[in-house]
Amino acid sequence: MAELTYRDAVAAGIAQEMERDENVVFLGEDIAAAGGVFKATVGLLEKFGPKRVRDTPISEQAILGAAMGAAMTGLRPIAEIMFSDFLAVCWDLVANEIAKTRYMTNGQISLPLVIRTANGSGSRFGAQHSQAVENWAMAIPGIKVVAPAFPADVKGLLAAAVRDPDPVLFFEQKSLYSMKGEVPDGEYVDELGTARVLRRGKDCTIVALASMVHRALDAAAFLEKEHGISCTVVDVRSLVPLDTQTILAEVALTGRLVTVEENPRLCGWGAEIASIVADECFWNLDGPIVRITTPHIPLPSADELEDHAIPSVERIVREIREKID
Amino acid sequence: MDTNVKRKKKEAPAIDIGQETKLELYRMQVDLRYCEKRAYDLFLQNLVKGTSHLSLGQEAIAAGFGVAMRPDDWTFCTYRGHAHTLARGASMSGVLGELMGRQCGLLGGKGGSMHLTDVAKGAMGSYAIIGAHLPVAAGAAWSAQYRGTEQVAVCFFGDGTTNIGAFHEALNFSAVWKLPVIFVCENNLYMEYTPIHTVTAVKHPAADRASAYGLESIVVDGNDADAMYLTAMKYIERARKGGGPALIEAMTYRHSGHSRADPGKYRPEGELDKWLERDPLKMYRERLLKQGIAGATLDDIEAESMRQVDAATATAKASPPPSIDDIEKNVWADGGSAWRN
Repeated sequence: MAELTYRDAVAAGIAQEMERDENVVFLGEDIAAAGGVFKATVGLLEKFGPKRVRDTPISEQAILGAAMGAAMTGLRPIAEIMFSDFLAVCWDLVANEIAKTRYMTNGQISLPLVIRTANGSGSRFGAQHSQAVENWAMAIPGIKVVAPAFPADVKGLLAAAVRDPDPVLFFEQKSLYSMKGEVPDGEYVDELGTARVLRRGKDCTIVALASMVHRALDAAAFLEKEHGISCTVVDVRSLVPLDTQTILAEVALTGRLVTVEENPRLCGWGAEIASIVADECFWNLDGPIVRITTPHIPLPSADELEDHAIPSVERIVREIREKID
Repeated sequence: MDTNVKRKKKEAPAIDIGQETKLELYRMQVDLRYCEKRAYDLFLQNLVKGTSHLSLGQEAIAAGFGVAMRPDDWTFCTYRGHAHTLARGASMSGVLGELMGRQCGLLGGKGGSMHLTDVAKGAMGSYAIIGAHLPVAAGAAWSAQYRGTEQVAVCFFGDGTTNIGAFHEALNFSAVWKLPVIFVCENNLYMEYTPIHTVTAVKHPAADRASAYGLESIVVDGNDADAMYLTAMKYIERARKGGGPALIEAMTYRHSGHSRADPGKYRPEGELDKWLERDPLKMYRERLLKQGIAGATLDDIEAESMRQVDAATATAKASPPPSIDDIEKNVWADGGSAWRN
């Protein structure tokens, strides 16, 4: 085990896969010579050369189109979209082309590609560089959606995404890039579609994603210590495929579900989980499902406003005390 | 527009491409014409649902490239892609069957007219969102460049595509990376129902933009199969040897409306008649006869093509509709569509 930052785990995951398979190539804006605007891809150009690690123009449609064309003809590209907000300018490639082509061609075309992108708040960048858009992606049949919370998961799930035969949208949480954590040495590959239970309690099950996982853990520790409320925390990790079995089992054990979502309220991923739990776990519930989300607003930039909008540890504690206790 | 017509009156280049190639060009144009005419007849019989966009009158472009391309080269085309898919050797029954929503269709009824694909033949898909496939073709070309296979990607699109962002992104990207991709703009003078010159800042929507990407300005008579074949050969071979992309504007005209729903009434009186005189099949047949090829040889090609279209029609009509059991298949590589455990 080595201690790596979340951003170093990105480079470690890409490097592991590029070493293993020469068909893995990497393209995006400022990813090569500059090492990425978040410095998550430093050293890859030096290690693998300009043929495999290529800077592109600011052309998100060209980046994803190129990844798609390369994937359907034998390569396994990793494409970076610098900020997840920019997916909106190439959403045709994601939603209409990459996600649908296997189905529309009745399986003739395979698209083993990964779209990496920096997602979410915490940098005071305002509404066009801070959105949590994982729920956009989740709504499209045909694309897998992953959002790791820990450096080890970054490496392991990124490797799994590269090896997956289907297209994967890989959301990196930009507020977590400097977070440190233990990452297994050597070849490390995780499994897509698996949630992880991070702590177990008896009073309620908190289901969270990416940076909200850390806030859920902090809230759970505080609730236990200060208020005697014990919580299970489940890190969803992968929205598509979704590990509903783990979520349903953990909700059944506590009888309560709380989702903590960074996305705006409407059609957030927690709504789908709430629906599944209501359908399949209703008789195990001891009270209403609670969704803690960002309000349904564009994200503001000022410190106080952004902090207030995104679910905080204090808000999670407060809502759980009010609604669960 | 008149100047465009004048430009098209240029004689075909005086390079002898050989009788075999000429007959192949003729055969392919006849196949595309007869098969698409049959598709139209099948609409009238209500056997083809949905929409469709015919290439009637534009066959010389698909045929010129179809004959020039290597079997392992890749075609990317638009929703007006029946001809380009057939020109790579896709079966007529697969195409007609897909239009009719039958099991024998190229896509098993999941794609329809606008998404014809036959990967085994190098037909890498028909894309129904304007501009989307230009960067995808660039990506395939990147893959060929990376692996050193000397394959070339050819990407067909209409004049209307030249005003969407993806066109410009793909052109710049391909030029900067020097990718083996040929972009072929089929300028049929109309973007859907609107004359292209009324919505475009330059006279030649593709060729006049080429210089912005450091590319040569190329305008070809898209109704002249020899000119198309020679142009295709020249730029495909250049791209194969590492010479980078080309942007070709082929002047042509569609004999029918934009889609099945469009009778094409916005076109000025007499315009269609003028272009029917320049029908690529008619012109090519006359040229071959003038060059001494026997009429009977051409008659045989036509008769054989019609036999094939009839046989394909019978096959497609006899094919059952797709099985409902397949509806959730092939979302993922494991063959299924599961999104949860």
